[in-house]
Amino acid sequence: MSTVATIVQPSEIRIARRETRRQLLRSKTFMAGVIIIAFWVFCAIFGYRIAPHDPLSQAFPQLQGLSRAYPFGTDQLGRDVFSRVLAGARDILIVAPLATLLGVVGGTTIGLVTGYFRGLTDDVISRIVDAVLSLPLIVIAVTVLVALGHSTLTVIVVIGLVFAPIVSRTVRAAVLAERQLDYVSASRLQGERAPYVMFVEILPNVFGPIVVEATVRLGYAIFAVAGLTFLGFGVQPPSPDWALQIADNYTLLGAGTYWWTVLFPALAIISLVVAVNLVADGLARVFGR
Amino acid sequence: MLSVLVFAASQLLPGDIGRNVLGPFASPNDVKALDHQLGVDRPIYVQYGAWIGKLAHGNLGMSLEYKVPVASLLGPSLVNSLKLAAVAFVLVVPLSIVGGVFAALRRGHWLDRLITLTGLSLTAVPEFISAIVLILIFGLLLNWLPVTAASPADADAVTQIRYLILPGLALVMVLFGYIARMARAGTIEALESDYTRTAFLKGLDTATVIRRHVLRNSLLPTIAVIATQMGYLIGGLVVIEKLFNYNGIGQRIYTAALNKDFTMLQSGVLVVGIVYLTATLLADILYSLLNPRIRYAGVE
Repeated sequence: MSTVATIVQPSEIRIARRETRRQLLRSKTFMAGVIIIAFWVFCAIFGYRIAPHDPLSQAFPQLQGLSRAYPFGTDQLGRDVFSRVLAGARDILIVAPLATLLGVVGGTTIGLVTGYFRGLTDDVISRIVDAVLSLPLIVIAVTVLVALGHSTLTVIVVIGLVFAPIVSRTVRAAVLAERQLDYVSASRLQGERAPYVMFVEILPNVFGPIVVEATVRLGYAIFAVAGLTFLGFGVQPPSPDWALQIADNYTLLGAGTYWWTVLFPALAIISLVVAVNLVADGLARVFGR
Repeated sequence: MLSVLVFAASQLLPGDIGRNVLGPFASPNDVKALDHQLGVDRPIYVQYGAWIGKLAHGNLGMSLEYKVPVASLLGPSLVNSLKLAAVAFVLVVPLSIVGGVFAALRRGHWLDRLITLTGLSLTAVPEFISAIVLILIFGLLLNWLPVTAASPADADAVTQIRYLILPGLALVMVLFGYIARMARAGTIEALESDYTRTAFLKGLDTATVIRRHVLRNSLLPTIAVIATQMGYLIGGLVVIEKLFNYNGIGQRIYTAALNKDFTMLQSGVLVVGIVYLTATLLADILYSLLNPRIRYAGVE
């Protein structure tokens, strides 16, 4: 590598990064998303401690309306809804990001390999990807979870495995564009091995699309985990998880009262997924996709 | 391909089917006898062959749980689900296309931003959450619509549809964002194209240009995305049907999964796959009918 390149490149990269950061900080919707996520992450860590009552305790009067002692009322087992909303962020904020991480790491690897080698490898993997994508995630997940028995780990693995092929498509498209560029041929002519070219040369240059895809996937992961939990295949009781709270109490809705038992956890989930999407939207704008 | 996948998935299920059906107190001999009767003690490839052979004759097998042919249970459920899907579909397609095209025509305006962001946010909210909020607003606060999906047994078509509006709307909220975004992108692309410029320059009024030149081209990608969303729609049915306690295919798959009714689960998932593939195929055909550029491409 020439000396000019080594001197010029880092500072250029730094300027570009600073510009990216500035653009993000200026975006109101992006910052709103970040603040809401930060709030829920804080609750996920300290929720049990800052909650006014024990989120798991059933010692309170059942189905109380909103009052000063119980700002969001109590549910049918006599648990404080406000405390449970604060503490309910934890499980979903562990399961969804881990599933996303697995999906993005796996998908990036598949995408790099298929995009770089093309040919037979690409064809075979793409066919498998198509077959997996022809079934809805929730149906795949329910089937597998029944087959293997449900544990948190299985939920993470199933969602991650379904996401991997989806992520791989995005990465593959980005790699296909990159591999035409001179630096890839240069690196190959230098005699670098394929894994080095893929992971050290190409990967940093397709980082933008991967970050955007990861945030979008995180949104879907929360969507999927919440749905599975609602069906009884995700996070298990007695966790104060939001989707679980709704699953516990939604049958009371027919009677027309007790709306507080489901409204507040519902609003919590809505705020979280909308925040994730605002962040994804902001990143997508900055990375120009 | 799909059938192999479905079969492989169901083979992952805990091996001891006879034990699951008869319960923990059955004698080992009875379990063995039932396994033999069901044919699950044979090698996997023999089972797969038998299953595919029956499938070819439209025989989906017997439900382990209800001891009746799976098809007799899945059929009515499928019809119910298609009703619900149809209601969602009829609501979402015009709504999101109008929304998307409108946003594109007001590009950069706050209304565009509002439609795009609302669509994006709604899409991200799990369907059962949207459904809960809809129930709270329309079912309980305003008392306009029934909060269950199953209408009384002898209900006429209008009443049935009334019962299906809330669950349908919940699905609409998820789908709206995708389709509207695609319609918006397609319209913007068409608006910026040379042929639109030509149409304006030759003095056509805006309405005609949009109807005859822009819409025809902008709706093509929209149709493609509607087809891919059919897959989601079916997955969404599982959750929505449970929430509204509606006897559809999603509910069937869910209860089959809970009760370890493997034949039912297998067939249900297969039916879902087939419905999805059919929908994709129909969309492809529609796409080629509407797009003269690829109309003859497939024929070679």
